[in-house]
Amino acid sequence: MTLIGYYPGCSLHGTGRELDQSIRALSEVAGVELKEIEDWNCCGATAAHCLSHDLAVALPYRCLALAEQQGMKEVLAPCAACFSRLKGTAVRLERSAELMARMKELTGHDFHGGVKLLNIIEYINFLLAHGLKEKLNPALTGLKVAPYYGCLLARGEDVITDNAEHPTGMEAAIRATGAEPVEWNFAVECCGGGFSMSKTEAVLDLSHAILADAEAAGAQLIVAGCPMCHSNLDMRQQTINAAGMGNHDLPILYLSELVGLAAGLDPARLGLDRHFVDAMRLAPGRA
Amino acid sequence: MARVGVFICHCGENIGRSVDCAAVAAAAAKMPGVVVGVDYKYMCSDPGQQMIKQAIQEKKLTGVIVGACSPRMHETTFRRAAAEAGLNPYLLEMANLREHCSWVHQDREAATAKAIDLVRVMVEKVKRNRRLFPIRVPVEPTALVIGGGIAGIQAALDIANGGKKVILVEKSPSLGGHMARLSETFPTLDCSQCILTPRMVEAASHPNITLMTYCEVEAVEGFVGNFDVTVRKKARFVDPTKCTGCGSCYQKCPAKKIPSEFDARLGNRTAIYTPFPQAVPNKPVIDAEHCIMLTKGKCGACAKVCPRGAINYKDQDEHVKIKVGAIVLATGFELWDHSAYGEYGAGRLKDVIDGFQFERLASASGPTGGEIRRPSDGTAPQTVVFIKCCGSRDEKIGKSYCSKICCMYIAKHAMLYKHKVHGGRAVVFYMDIRAAGKGYDEFVRRAIEEDGVEYVRGRVSRVYRRADGKLIVRGADTLAGQPVTIEADMVVLADAIVPRQGAESLAQMLGVAYDTNGFYSEAHPKLRPVETATAGVFLAGACQAPKDIPDTVAQAGAAAAKVLGLFANPELEREPVVARVNQVTCVHCRACINACPYHAIEDFDITDSKGNVLRTVARVNEGLCQGCGTCVAVCRSNSIDLDGFTDEQIYAEIETLE
Repeated sequence: MTLIGYYPGCSLHGTGRELDQSIRALSEVAGVELKEIEDWNCCGATAAHCLSHDLAVALPYRCLALAEQQGMKEVLAPCAACFSRLKGTAVRLERSAELMARMKELTGHDFHGGVKLLNIIEYINFLLAHGLKEKLNPALTGLKVAPYYGCLLARGEDVITDNAEHPTGMEAAIRATGAEPVEWNFAVECCGGGFSMSKTEAVLDLSHAILADAEAAGAQLIVAGCPMCHSNLDMRQQTINAAGMGNHDLPILYLSELVGLAAGLDPARLGLDRHFVDAMRLAPGRA
Repeated sequence: MARVGVFICHCGENIGRSVDCAAVAAAAAKMPGVVVGVDYKYMCSDPGQQMIKQAIQEKKLTGVIVGACSPRMHETTFRRAAAEAGLNPYLLEMANLREHCSWVHQDREAATAKAIDLVRVMVEKVKRNRRLFPIRVPVEPTALVIGGGIAGIQAALDIANGGKKVILVEKSPSLGGHMARLSETFPTLDCSQCILTPRMVEAASHPNITLMTYCEVEAVEGFVGNFDVTVRKKARFVDPTKCTGCGSCYQKCPAKKIPSEFDARLGNRTAIYTPFPQAVPNKPVIDAEHCIMLTKGKCGACAKVCPRGAINYKDQDEHVKIKVGAIVLATGFELWDHSAYGEYGAGRLKDVIDGFQFERLASASGPTGGEIRRPSDGTAPQTVVFIKCCGSRDEKIGKSYCSKICCMYIAKHAMLYKHKVHGGRAVVFYMDIRAAGKGYDEFVRRAIEEDGVEYVRGRVSRVYRRADGKLIVRGADTLAGQPVTIEADMVVLADAIVPRQGAESLAQMLGVAYDTNGFYSEAHPKLRPVETATAGVFLAGACQAPKDIPDTVAQAGAAAAKVLGLFANPELEREPVVARVNQVTCVHCRACINACPYHAIEDFDITDSKGNVLRTVARVNEGLCQGCGTCVAVCRSNSIDLDGFTDEQIYAEIETLE
């Protein structure tokens, strides 16, 4: 059994619980054991990276150091923001021995750069390439899907390997389920991100534009990888409709949920019943 | 016994300011072997040179040191003076007291001490100089011009009009290059074809020019004055001696849907084709990749209709060898592939086109007959957005350099569009407007002020296609400090100018240097802009750097003048600074042969009187050797020395410093 380190972050224990559920269920099917980093802390994606450069690096540094100490060679960080902080830190440390030394002093932990980080897209493509693909059934064939990357799964030099303006990493995974990725324009547009609470009107505008473009392209659902994008697109749909901007009714799934459905997993186990916009209708046999 | 004269120049105040020239001259006069040590305000002036000449004759000097500027500046001047006084010019050396000393030091005392050292070093060297004589090589007075665009045509015509023979090699079936594809030209809007096609005809009919279209240079050997070139004549499948260019064949060809390279893939051509109706020579070739007869073995329509029986399906590539004395590289440019820009549609949006595609849309001979029609649905676009610097000045995705011509051709495109689509809206996104050239800025102002083209300073962040077919262009107006969104019908990208594919392999074949972007390097960026570091190879046009038509024509003329200068004498004189192999000690390990960047070292058999090979050694071809010294460094048996820079001289220079 393959063993991969797991960094859930705060989202996966809170608003993004279905991402955690679906990732774990899918890993089980694929025969991969996820081992949570013991005593992990905040990745720093909240306020730390705006307030203190050292803290912004020290927080993820400690998580990386713990993972290495616990013998993890690869760590999955499903939340796009956590991944960006962790991998961004690993890249910076790789470039600067001085930063590495300062972080060691600051945190009291040793780290040697021996941890490879995986985001949700890379992880699912890894599972598919290692036997999961053969276990999928064609139940989703013909379903039209808009792959949505947002900012953190497309951007960041040396953090994301995909093309920043025209990423294609999700498409292979979507095709593996039998579903069909649509050609659309807003795959890397901003959903409103962290303005969800402070400037909700901005989020309504931006998320509305994304939903409208996906619908115009004929998508029956949007697949996302980031808990923040997911909550903006899923939870705010009602508010967008109520504001008279549109009449959206578009399920938003995590990539792991979509692939989980194709793997024949129970929709409730994947967390599809936790969505604001009904997603249970996508379960094979319920349409 | 050495009798060296040392002459110290003040170079006005250039050297005199921080070096005590009189003290240097006095110190030099006491050096062993020195018989004269003097200083003078301007040694390169006529009285200065007279001083040297007089000393050579009166003091019977065996060597001269001029302590002055860089030898790059005045070595030739002083060596000529020495020769006039009867001294072998290679017995004169310069000590660089300006660039290597006075210009870079302030401390007068230390600078003076250093100047004395520099002179002492050269005195030790010149004592070991031996007389050298220029190397003479015969010159084959025929030039090869590679590339049949405006650069190659102009260079060929200028050489031919100077009375020398030219072989003009072009890889496509016709002369003309990119210029033949242009609609109108900035800044005067004269029709490109009207000014170019007469020159194409002139080149083709010139008695001194041999035209080799649909040919490629395969191999180049030899050296300045004596290049041996192998040219591959690609199979045309049409006998040009029989063909009259009547055109029956391409009218009947059933393979009609091949994207036309000439029309930037906006139009189609047949498998047997001439690139455009005004092609020179106006004789078709068969594109073997798409011909039904050649790929499937049946059809033969062209052979049936050809009234002259010129079609030959069995034609094959042929290699011909030619001997030339000089080569002009005029291989031109192409456009960078903008599909790397995901934000501009990654090359997938039909109505996002490049500059050449716009040229073909605007051209009277183009696929739309000169009407601006967008590719997706053939309608006249009511709003066109032009995006400059697509791949230029963008180290991240594209190229770091400015492509130079885009500011002008985009202004022209926008202007032509406004002339052709009345009431249409043209918006240009720019980083800077670089319109340096005669009449250029006026032209851009005319586009803005008279034709109402809107210029927006800022970058475009995204172009996408809305469901109704509109292209949504989102960018920043950095002067207004706000984002802008434009609903456009067509977008034109000013892609970066890059060298032609294959330019690098041609350069390697010729030993010509190229920069990180693949543009050919000139020998000196200011003073030798048309020569390459390889003697006898010259540059014309955009293969050296992005260039507009006037600059290209000027450079082509300059390259032609250099070729004619080279051909003015039947023999060529070369600097005798070449490597020499000691055949007695050479063990023929071939290290030098492999190391020589100019392929100047060859195997040489030493034979007895009956012609039996006794030993094989390395030998330097004096015509090819550039005197770089690489072979000297790699020689394991210490058998190679560089004339003028022998090991003995170098060691003497170093030792005297102690």
